Amino acid sequence: MLNSRKYIVAFVITAVIFATAIFVSNMLGQKKLEDVRSIENRVALDILSSETQFSLLEETSCKDIGPGFLSKELGSLGEKLTYGESQTELNTDNLDYLKRSYFLLEIKDYLLMKRLTQKCGIKPTFILYFYSTKDACTDCEKMGYVLTALRDKYPDLRVYSFDYHYDVGAINTLISIYKVKADLPALIINREIIYGFHSVEELEETVPALKELAARAKALETFSTSTKEID
Amino acid sequence: MADIQTLILYGSIFISLFFEVFLLITYLEVREELILEKNIDKNIKRFPTVTVIVPCFNEEKTLTMTMWSLLNLDYPKDKLSIIAVDDGSVDRTLFELNKFESYQQVTVLSKENGGKHTALNLALEKVKSDLVGCLDADSFVNPEALKKIVPFFEDQSTMAVTPSVKVFEPRSVLQYVQKIEYSWGIFLRRMLSSINALYVTPGPFSFFRTQVFKELGGYSEGHHTEDLEIALRMQKHRYKIVNSHGAHVYTVAPAHFGALYKQRVRWAYGFLNNAIDYRGMFFNKKYGHIGLFILPIATTSIFSSLFLFGNMLWNSLVNIFNAFVKFQTVGWEWRFSPPSFDWYFLNTSAISFLTVTAILLTLVILYLSTKLADGRFRFSRGLFYYMLLYVFIVPLWLAKAVFHTIIRREISWR
Repeated sequence: MLNSRKYIVAFVITAVIFATAIFVSNMLGQKKLEDVRSIENRVALDILSSETQFSLLEETSCKDIGPGFLSKELGSLGEKLTYGESQTELNTDNLDYLKRSYFLLEIKDYLLMKRLTQKCGIKPTFILYFYSTKDACTDCEKMGYVLTALRDKYPDLRVYSFDYHYDVGAINTLISIYKVKADLPALIINREIIYGFHSVEELEETVPALKELAARAKALETFSTSTKEID
Repeated sequence: MADIQTLILYGSIFISLFFEVFLLITYLEVREELILEKNIDKNIKRFPTVTVIVPCFNEEKTLTMTMWSLLNLDYPKDKLSIIAVDDGSVDRTLFELNKFESYQQVTVLSKENGGKHTALNLALEKVKSDLVGCLDADSFVNPEALKKIVPFFEDQSTMAVTPSVKVFEPRSVLQYVQKIEYSWGIFLRRMLSSINALYVTPGPFSFFRTQVFKELGGYSEGHHTEDLEIALRMQKHRYKIVNSHGAHVYTVAPAHFGALYKQRVRWAYGFLNNAIDYRGMFFNKKYGHIGLFILPIATTSIFSSLFLFGNMLWNSLVNIFNAFVKFQTVGWEWRFSPPSFDWYFLNTSAISFLTVTAILLTLVILYLSTKLADGRFRFSRGLFYYMLLYVFIVPLWLAKAVFHTIIRREISWR
């Protein structure tokens, strides 16, 4: 009397819905990873191009280095990778690979930035930031918000963030060069290591280049306001 | 731990989806029957004698309307009698009831307060008719309701017939929510009826062959849900219960949260405890769909609803906490930037696709339910309130009912 056919049909339909959801989700996850990979490729190409340009212009003056010399996409790449980590549908092995390449690209960009500041004698506007995903680190999370806010406020500021415990040789080398302790979060600004959480205001005080950027931003704002008033 | 949580999450969604698909398949199977049932009251060959019991406890405000709706039933007067029982009310219930004593069809009984089941049992002792039903004193029936019920008893194996319960003139937001919920209930009961798996014969206007009570005994307290207990007892004895979706009964739904909460804790507690009492039916092939599927899934759904709600609540709290930490750390956004759309940041997890599918299937069932209950579908504010609120309020009473079942503490009737 029990119609088991109906149960089988309902089960098959539900299973098909499940399989479709998982398939579509994986497919979109794959697409997201491809998206990240293509940004990484573009950043790598940007760096290669800048390095080449830099080598070519070694003998010439700094004024030849125009805007867009450094890749603009490094920040959004970091954001996408951080978001990707919270998404279950992304393949963890692939994500891990992309994260490694991201860290290496960051280091290459950082080296380029350093050479640029040395050669052209400008004040460095970059921060090396070490955080941890291994242990619960609420200060790292808060520091992340501060650095994102700073980067939004000063688009010229370059923040290079590194997972302290990630097993990448180059990160370990950076850690040993700057003798960064596992007391995270840690920031390196002007070769000086600052541990613990610091607010936007505190960092604006600590980083001289930021002050300059802040002054420049303020001047621009005043200028645009006065121009508007004149108009 | 996280893996177990994910497994439970997927399991809960699978069960919900499976049940929705099962209901829709059942609907496709019975939709022609539903059309035929529309005119079931047009060709009644024999009118059996019927008694309607009206148990009353402090119902002075509504019982007059209840009694009038019964006296106005389109049914031969000599075949219909009404027994109203005042279960020790402390208001003017008895006074109001006595006004109806002049009607030949009406008998008024009065007793000390002992609970609804005792009032019903007292009346059952006086019942001589072929069929007996009950109508709560806060409910009203359409004149043709009884004629929509009686023909189902032409099938000699049918032992009870349940009606479609609707909300009487909703006014508050919660009553609108319940209106939609009751429509869903009408759909669900009709589908369960077709697989012989009804596990409740609702207080408002369910009818029984009088022999049921002679053979199985009267109503029992049934953890304050005597209408659920009698249905399970009947199912245990393989007595057939069917639903007449065209027999419309209107009930006054609680207007405020406090009253609704108490009512639903009682229902959920009653279901859980009667399910424990009748646990022998679970996964027992002898009882067909109700034992193998409906009772287990109804019980599981209580726990999966609580789990899904807990999961949702936890995620929301984490997000709120993070937003608060962010606000505390950096304040509001530094500057206004035009919203940019990047599909990358859309949640494309399998869980979100499955949740969307489950919501879509719920909407389809709600559409069919409203069509079945009201004859047509109209987008109403009730539907909006239902989609917005229902999922958040149900877990509140489910949690209390589960808690009280675990610590074995009785809940109060009112």
